[in-house]
Amino acid sequence: MKSYFALAGIAALAFSAASFAAPAHAKTYKEVTFGVDATYPPFESKAPDGSFVGFDIDLGKAICAHMHAKCVFVSQGFDGIIPALKARKFDAILSSMTKTPDREKQIDFSAKMYDEPTSLIAKKGSGLKPTVASLKGKTVGVEAGTIQETYAKTYWQPEGIKVVSYQGQDQVYADLLSGRLDASLQDSVEADYGFLRTPKGADYSLAGNITSDPKDVLGSYIAIGIRKDEPDLKKQIDASIAAIIKNGTYKKIESKYFNFNVYGS
Amino acid sequence: MISIIQQFGQAYLYSDGYQMTGVAMTLWLLLLSVAIGFCLAIPLAIARNARSPFINIPVWIYTFLFRGTPLYVQLLIIYTGIYSLDAIQHTPALNAFFRQGFNCTILAFALNTAAYTTEIFAGAIKSTPFGEIEAARALGMSRVTLYRRIILPSALRRALPTYSNEVILMLHATTLAFTATVPDILKVARDANSATYDSFDAFGLAALLYLIISFVLIGIFRRAERHYLAFLRP
Repeated sequence: MKSYFALAGIAALAFSAASFAAPAHAKTYKEVTFGVDATYPPFESKAPDGSFVGFDIDLGKAICAHMHAKCVFVSQGFDGIIPALKARKFDAILSSMTKTPDREKQIDFSAKMYDEPTSLIAKKGSGLKPTVASLKGKTVGVEAGTIQETYAKTYWQPEGIKVVSYQGQDQVYADLLSGRLDASLQDSVEADYGFLRTPKGADYSLAGNITSDPKDVLGSYIAIGIRKDEPDLKKQIDASIAAIIKNGTYKKIESKYFNFNVYGS
Repeated sequence: MISIIQQFGQAYLYSDGYQMTGVAMTLWLLLLSVAIGFCLAIPLAIARNARSPFINIPVWIYTFLFRGTPLYVQLLIIYTGIYSLDAIQHTPALNAFFRQGFNCTILAFALNTAAYTTEIFAGAIKSTPFGEIEAARALGMSRVTLYRRIILPSALRRALPTYSNEVILMLHATTLAFTATVPDILKVARDANSATYDSFDAFGLAALLYLIISFVLIGIFRRAERHYLAFLRP
């Protein structure tokens, strides 16, 4: 009788250790729930049948497969996604979230998932490059309020490149087409899907990605957001991201959505 | 609030370091468009009252078109629409003019306010007391002298209260200027908003600036009315 209680006590102790304290061995996850704001194709959106689709979703599924866990996606608006994570409505945020110092005060971030490089587009054969020397005296259009506007105004405007801000990205393209602008600066996926792949963009091409950003106005990469009290999950997700990049799964998913290297350098 | 003023104060008032912005740009837009509109409106108002339909119908069509469509649409047509036409791009003078967003904005604003001002002045001309015209004719004045000495001075004075309204409305309409990339007060407010997310302060500051400009304009017109409309006072 006595030994029975002792056994139960040890079992209870072991159980509580496993669930509350940091265990010595890695915890295994049977199921990982991701919070997703499914309004941002091609990264995450909902198919007509209600299922989640997109680049992030495919990456999430590959990560779950590597962890031998079941993937569950939960819809959540972007503005409330960090509070919802902290309230344990899901285990991680998978929603094209850029790692910023402000967000890092609230949550942890996984290793880099991808990067949406900022890129310059210009007329085919113009020979323009996203550098001060190449753009001197030229006119570059940006959308007001974007990190690209900040970038152009920080590095380019003082060097004699004319930077013109627009109310919307569509107006930037309209003036690129009409010839008021020599080039436009925006994130590469926007440029690719919003302009270059459309019939109007046929005469235009990617003039290059921004590589130098010493003042870090463009922020860092996009990653999965994880609660600060789950270093284990972060460790496993990081390992899975590294693994799918190494075994070629990442490349396969990438080529399904993009015609360029979305991981960046 | 203080950080917005420190960071964007200069841009709100006159310059972002590269070009004219904020209050200076808004006032410059207002002054140019109202001045051009005024000069266009006087001959058009006279033509609007002409007896010959070949003169008054084209003016009526013009005022109908510009008063019957939103200024925003007119600005988009002039800025984006016209410049996308090959004929404009291949005429060097027109190309140079329409290439600049500022020129397009002034053109749209001036044509728009001219249409409204034409109707205001035409109404005032029409309501000139007939006795005054009869008296002038009795004195043997020619048509030109009649307009110059009697009808226009009296009509412009009587139109002053309505015209001041049009100028204030034009001030409010300048907020559309950023559609054609012209950085007016509202554009600076948007910049401040997207940089700080202090929406209330960023736009509140813009509202305050518009209020101050309106207040000054109202003061100027009140003085002008007191001076020019003295003959109507009881």
